[in-house]
Amino acid sequence: MRYALYTGCVAKGAGRELLTATTYAAERLGIQLNEMKDASCCGAGVVDDDNRLLADSMNARTFSLAEASGLDIMTICGTCQGVMRAAQKKIDGNPDYKARVNAALLKDTGRVYAGKVKIKHFYQIIHEDYGLENLAARVTVKLAGLKVAPFYGCYVLRPHEYSDVKVPDRPDYLEKFIETLGATPVDYPEKLKCCGFPILMSNKTNSLQLSGNAILGAIKAGADCIVTPCPLCQLNMDSYQPEIEAILERKLGLPILHYPQLLALALGATLDDVKTNTHIVRPNKALHEASD
Amino acid sequence: MAEVRFLVSKYNSETDAKPRLQEFRLDPPQGATLLDCLNLIKWKLDGTLSFRMSCRSAICGSCAVRVNGHARLACKTQAADAVIDGRVTIEPLGNMTLIRDLVVDLEPFWASVEKVRPWLVPDDSKKYERERLQSHHDQLKIDAASTCIMCASCFSDCNVMEVDPKFLGPAALAKAQRFVFDTRDAEKWDRLELLGQIHGMWDCTHCAECSTRCPTDAKPLERITELRRAAMAAGMTDNNAARHVLGFRESIGGFKGIGGSGMLNENYLPVRSMGLSIGGILSLIPVGLRMFARKKNPPLIPHVIEKVGEVRKMFRRFDEYNKEGEK
Ligand code: SF4
Ligand code: SF4
Ligand code: FES
Repeated sequence: MRYALYTGCVAKGAGRELLTATTYAAERLGIQLNEMKDASCCGAGVVDDDNRLLADSMNARTFSLAEASGLDIMTICGTCQGVMRAAQKKIDGNPDYKARVNAALLKDTGRVYAGKVKIKHFYQIIHEDYGLENLAARVTVKLAGLKVAPFYGCYVLRPHEYSDVKVPDRPDYLEKFIETLGATPVDYPEKLKCCGFPILMSNKTNSLQLSGNAILGAIKAGADCIVTPCPLCQLNMDSYQPEIEAILERKLGLPILHYPQLLALALGATLDDVKTNTHIVRPNKALHEASD
Repeated sequence: MAEVRFLVSKYNSETDAKPRLQEFRLDPPQGATLLDCLNLIKWKLDGTLSFRMSCRSAICGSCAVRVNGHARLACKTQAADAVIDGRVTIEPLGNMTLIRDLVVDLEPFWASVEKVRPWLVPDDSKKYERERLQSHHDQLKIDAASTCIMCASCFSDCNVMEVDPKFLGPAALAKAQRFVFDTRDAEKWDRLELLGQIHGMWDCTHCAECSTRCPTDAKPLERITELRRAAMAAGMTDNNAARHVLGFRESIGGFKGIGGSGMLNENYLPVRSMGLSIGGILSLIPVGLRMFARKKNPPLIPHVIEKVGEVRKMFRRFDEYNKEGEK
């Protein structure tokens, strides 16, 4: 199994532990990754607020790079996944638009997007290509006793027309994944909601209140930590947890893990291997006990 | 169909402290909608059950309720499609005060729409001898927003609305798009100015609940992105959110002769978003220091992608892309 790894910006910037954990997990699972060093930012939905054709063409360039390598794309960010899939579905679904995208792309880069490449988040690859049964056979550390709250992130689920999740109002990808690792998924209503990250710079209170509601919901459901396939959700809920605590006027202290971090832990990594020491919220007792 | 367990929210403000789910068992007739089922429950099982309805054909927008946790039109939902493990949960819309059973107080919803002045304002300086015709092309720009039936499904499920009742909300923003993009309206700039303020179009997080729940083509999130593009194109960028967009543009594509990196510069972006606000920049310090202490801060020398020239070239033709995209 080999994929073109699209890291996205966060895994190269403020969330480098995500890339570390991804590399660790992929190696243990025998999944080969060729990092796309020439791919640009996906635009994160923000470039789309500025210039739609440019945002979509920039992504079409990334798709054409993968097509040239003959590999499908693996993303490790829920937002990258959602933005790139939306761009692809819009382009593929409208021949006239595809022609405009390709004309622009050809002019500036000499490239053309054919429409062959598949774009899958790591979590989809685990489910659809690798298989949970195969994964279960490789799990060396059963995370028994650990109660994990799944947090999906908007771009993985919505709008439904662009989502790859089969029943986006009742997804079970993360729950099944958590079970496969020997841990226990906890259910709470906020798991399908927005973390608020996109408005962090413009309305911090609203943004952090949304993250706070999710963290509180997970704590009320008895969670020891949250796991998310989107590093932007992770960033909002982890790096800003002290500010969130100030807004909610209570202590939280809930560790927020990236999807590949939890995976790597179950495959034998230590907390240091997946660099939880770079998180703002340090691992708690439950996480130490489960991964020891 | 087999017997279905309908869990319907019941609430009487005079006797109940909070709503509760009451179970009704019913064997829905072939092809029954959820509204048909609610009527059957009312006629046969509980004459007191209160809900709104009128047209029964997805036109009036009265019958929106939460079905299994998400807003939908009861008359546009087949009962068979809503059953999960033999059950359907029907609750009132969210983000509004409950009056009785499935009936909520829609006042805040109507008030939000009124705030955007949802009517056409003609140019008073001109004399109109006859009705003003629109080209097909111009009409298409406001076609989608015009299909809104004011059902409040989007308002009910909007994530920002949950934490900020002052947020304009998706339906009002979709309605605003319908007038900002109307070639006959004289207030485009005033409208964009108003929408650019706090609690306006830039406060939306892109959660996409509105577009997902909307039963028509109005799809508010799409309309919000159109409004934002219009504001950006007009240079109305004096707020954190619009500067945040500029920060993306500049760090990926380049700015004033300085080449972009093809990636997001996470050090530049927050500072750029705050503009010249000292308070804003100071507010970034605690999280910055915290991340620095954990070696989590983004690298000071930005990571530049290979073949970055291609991406810079695309951004140099920014305006041409915009024009071509509008076709
Ligand atoms: S996309 Fe924006 S307007 Fe729509 S529901 Fe989410 S926050 Fe509200
Ligand atoms: S935009 Fe859609 S969901 Fe919102 S009120 Fe109009 S029709 Fe209903
Ligand atoms: S009754 Fe009119 S929209 Fe459902």
